[in-house]
Amino acid sequence: MREIDVNEVIPKVRQMCMDANYFLGDDVKSALVNAEKNEESPVGKGILSDIIKNSEIARDQQVPMCQDTGFAVFFVEIGQDVHFTGGSITDAINEGVRQGYADGYLRKSILGDPIQRVNTKDNTPAVIHYDIVPGNKVKIIFAAKGGGSENMSEIRMMKPSDGVEGLKDFVLDRVRRSGGNPCPPIIVGIGVGGTFEKCAQIAKKSLLREIGSKHPDPYYAALEAELLEKVNKIGIGPQGLGGRTTALAVFIEAHPCHIASFPVAVNIQCHAARHKEVII
Amino acid sequence: MSEEKIKITTPLTDDVVRKLKIGTQVLISGTIYTGRDAAHKKMTDALGKGEPLPFDPKGQIIYFVGPAPAKPGKPIGSAGPTTSYRMNAYSPAMLDAGLKGMIGKGQMSEEVRDKLKEHIACYFLAIGGAGALIAKSIKEAEIIAYDDLGPEAVRKLTVEDFPAIVTFDCYGGNLFEEGVRQYSRE
Ligand code: SF4
Repeated sequence: MREIDVNEVIPKVRQMCMDANYFLGDDVKSALVNAEKNEESPVGKGILSDIIKNSEIARDQQVPMCQDTGFAVFFVEIGQDVHFTGGSITDAINEGVRQGYADGYLRKSILGDPIQRVNTKDNTPAVIHYDIVPGNKVKIIFAAKGGGSENMSEIRMMKPSDGVEGLKDFVLDRVRRSGGNPCPPIIVGIGVGGTFEKCAQIAKKSLLREIGSKHPDPYYAALEAELLEKVNKIGIGPQGLGGRTTALAVFIEAHPCHIASFPVAVNIQCHAARHKEVII
Repeated sequence: MSEEKIKITTPLTDDVVRKLKIGTQVLISGTIYTGRDAAHKKMTDALGKGEPLPFDPKGQIIYFVGPAPAKPGKPIGSAGPTTSYRMNAYSPAMLDAGLKGMIGKGQMSEEVRDKLKEHIACYFLAIGGAGALIAKSIKEAEIIAYDDLGPEAVRKLTVEDFPAIVTFDCYGGNLFEEGVRQYSRE
């Protein structure tokens, strides 16, 4: 048994909120640089170069790369030999968000109730997915999820007879209908299988993968490559104004599934793909 | 974006708007106003009741944005556009009231496009997710209404060479449709 004081978690979460919003990951940056090189549309090329410039300004001035600093989403893996002391881990994570968003001059975008719509003014509560894993460590992954791209996401309970061709049609249709709304270039996160809620959750989790990384299963690696090519043939381009670069990556995460079901979830992520992790 | 950029100053006149064709890159200077869904709802409710708006919309531009808080010594935090389709329900009434332009990201509706034609106005795109870059062109910011809405309050911005692209012009042109048609290989 290892004891971890939850107060140790607060400053780490605070820092992650700021760092994720100021510093674009190297994988996203190099994917953007590559895309700019290959973009055929002059307008698209200009937009990509401005997006790269924007990330440099954000880094140098330590300001958020995008004003929508997102819903604070966490994936927390807790080793089963860990015992938290000093209070609630959920409260500690929310306190870290509160401090990070206030001290980091990040936007507070969360409403306490979706219908009555009053801003909580501190960007809490966070959405936290907990997982119990072997060991005595805690891994905390933070993702700032913007509303514009989240709104273009969708889950569909497809029929087993729709098969992989049905999945491809759905994904391409979803990207086509999104157009310029989610700030392309985008990253397409696909969950397939599981139950209704599991499918959506793995779609989100797939977005944490490094751009350029290959799916460990060759079947899915090939499907990801095929979908990426097809998505980039649509022609939506940077910001939807036409071009070769619509997506920087397609990620798929699969889960075992019921004999009657074929759930597919598409979670769209914008180029402001912000996530950080710490291990305690 | 190597082509020449046109400098325009608010308030916009019919003559200026007529020069702006889709694909034209503009640098906007002068005063612009901000508004997102919640503020638009309040403003169009006011118009419906015959009440005055927080600012005179004649010839003006509304920027769909909810900025991040300003760091000390800065007029504003990161300030890129929000998705425009959510304003489809409100922009026609604002255009009827004299608005000459909107700045946002993503498509707007056919109804908005028709209104832009009717009133000789246009819709500009600013780069979504380039909030730190765009903020450099914003020199002053002042909340003028609906302070309780936080990031969604209406702000009066003083801008210098604010970069945008004409995406719907006053002739019914739509750069999204044209651009995607040109680059589609499906
Ligand atoms: S979709 Fe992403 S890049 Fe675009 S405004 Fe939202 S958070 Fe920013």
